[in-house]
Amino acid sequence: MGSFLDSINLAFLIASAVKIVFFAFMVILPMVAYSVYLERRISAIIQDRVGPNRTGIPLTLLGFKKDSHIFGIGGLVQPLADGLKFLLKEDFTPAHVNKFYYWLAPAIVMVPALLTAAVIPFGSELDLSWLTKIGVDGAWLHKPIKLVIADLNVGPLFTFAIASLGVYGIVLAGWSSNSKYSFLGGVRSSSQMISYEIALGLSIVPVLMIFGDLNLSKITEYQDANGWLLFPAWGKGAPWENGWHFGRWALLVPVFISFIIFTVSMFAETNRAPFDLPECETELVAGYHTEYSSMKFALFFMGEYAAMIIGSGLAVTLFLGGWSIPFAPWLGLDYKAGATPAWLGLAHIACFLAKVVCFIVFFIWVRWTLPRFRYDLLMKLGWLVFFELALANVILTAALLMYFKI
Amino acid sequence: MATIVVQRPKLAWHERWFISTLYKGLKITFLHAKHTWWTLLQGKGEVTMQYPEEKWDAHLPDHYRGAPALVKDEQDRERCVSCQLCEFICPPRAITITPEEIPSTDKWAKVEKRPREFKIDMIRCIYCGMCEEVCPEQAIYLRKDYAITGTTRAEMVHDKKKLYEIGGVRIGLVNKWNELK
Ligand code: SF4
Ligand code: SF4
Repeated sequence: MGSFLDSINLAFLIASAVKIVFFAFMVILPMVAYSVYLERRISAIIQDRVGPNRTGIPLTLLGFKKDSHIFGIGGLVQPLADGLKFLLKEDFTPAHVNKFYYWLAPAIVMVPALLTAAVIPFGSELDLSWLTKIGVDGAWLHKPIKLVIADLNVGPLFTFAIASLGVYGIVLAGWSSNSKYSFLGGVRSSSQMISYEIALGLSIVPVLMIFGDLNLSKITEYQDANGWLLFPAWGKGAPWENGWHFGRWALLVPVFISFIIFTVSMFAETNRAPFDLPECETELVAGYHTEYSSMKFALFFMGEYAAMIIGSGLAVTLFLGGWSIPFAPWLGLDYKAGATPAWLGLAHIACFLAKVVCFIVFFIWVRWTLPRFRYDLLMKLGWLVFFELALANVILTAALLMYFKI
Repeated sequence: MATIVVQRPKLAWHERWFISTLYKGLKITFLHAKHTWWTLLQGKGEVTMQYPEEKWDAHLPDHYRGAPALVKDEQDRERCVSCQLCEFICPPRAITITPEEIPSTDKWAKVEKRPREFKIDMIRCIYCGMCEEVCPEQAIYLRKDYAITGTTRAEMVHDKKKLYEIGGVRIGLVNKWNELK
């Protein structure tokens, strides 16, 4: 027992715990809240409306003349008000449900979505040695901290394995609610997610073949030094720095196909429009969460947005260089293992978050542009088009890799 | 029965595969977003009317049907003679009238009846205007007040005092009770 305790690296445990709290609770959950706000504002301006623009800090309650608006933008406190509303609403459990599974389902939707965040590198590394100057000291300070919660060697596989567990939550919700709308929503959602999981998994096989690695932080480091997968403009990716070798540029064709399949499957996986058939409100009321209220409903809602954020994070990491700053080696902003200054580490985090936010805006933009697909078309697209396309793409990549001897 | 064959538009392959159509759709929504964002930034009210600050009031048409209210005539006489026709016609039964006899000492004794209490439950009223149409004395009118709010059910019932307060004075049309006649 004593030797077991000794074998635990305390500094590592603390660092991991801090990273979990920082990334999951201080980055992802606020991002979930604010992507809901963003969704409402963007959908509003797309439809020529104003959107939630009033919620401020209610200073009038404390006797002040005016409510305060952060940065003068009205409505920025809306997510807080929404959260409070969810907490204060009646948590109603209908009499006809199967209580155990009914209570379990929302958690099973939310937890996998947050778990997958563990393998996504949200920054390069953070050098904390400046802390020694202000009196804090410890051996752990002298080694820069890697900004990924779990530096797994099977990153994308882990993500897919865990993310597919989310289906169980939805199936359970649909089944335990004991209502026709929830049931149909659950059935639709599970068949949709299972079908698109295949295209999703196959679509990144070419990417993994190109990198020859499954470790997401190594993939990002490689892209930082040699050009992003979709934008190979420096390092080994650029022909002019590489003896006019056009291999990476030729690979852009399969990479682009991969990217499209990945993005579209991501839409289907996260049940977002135009593939939001499971909660298609015109025919199914609200789909699998019809019978849910209050915080349980909020968990489904947050699970959807968290999945969207993690999906964007994965897409950014695989195709768009993760935390890497564009043209980093030219600007001298690239990552040097173990020697990245603290400010650059922070800049990398900011860069990653900026890319993810752009992706989320794209998700929202598409949602308010495209009408919903018909269900058979959705299935047809998944099984008859994307599945074959992804398979052919793998072969095309292999052929290109062989030909260019990369 | 005539059969209408719906002519589906012939789509090019790129339209069928959502390539050009997605681009077009995204462009349309983007232009809308840009335009609305720009008008919002400049604080111009071309988008939505921001309700409590900006109101329709100046643009309400003459036939606008707002809250029903009782009116008095030019000699400060309650026009309502408590015939209860409005009470009977009111589709949601929002009106409750308690009639009373006008005492013989009163200046308007010859009118004989007046309402002791006149209640309109504004939670029930559907602003249909039937009461205004049926009233033989032109005593009840739909005004332009539309923001009728309250925090209790009791507050939402307009009593006689409140009704005259909203209604005010209305001159003309019914003269049969005037002294001249
Ligand atoms: S407007 Fe219609 S509903 Fe309202 S009090 Fe008059 S008759 Fe009744
Ligand atoms: S308001 Fe008109 S219809 Fe109603 S009781 Fe009075 S006189 Fe009769």
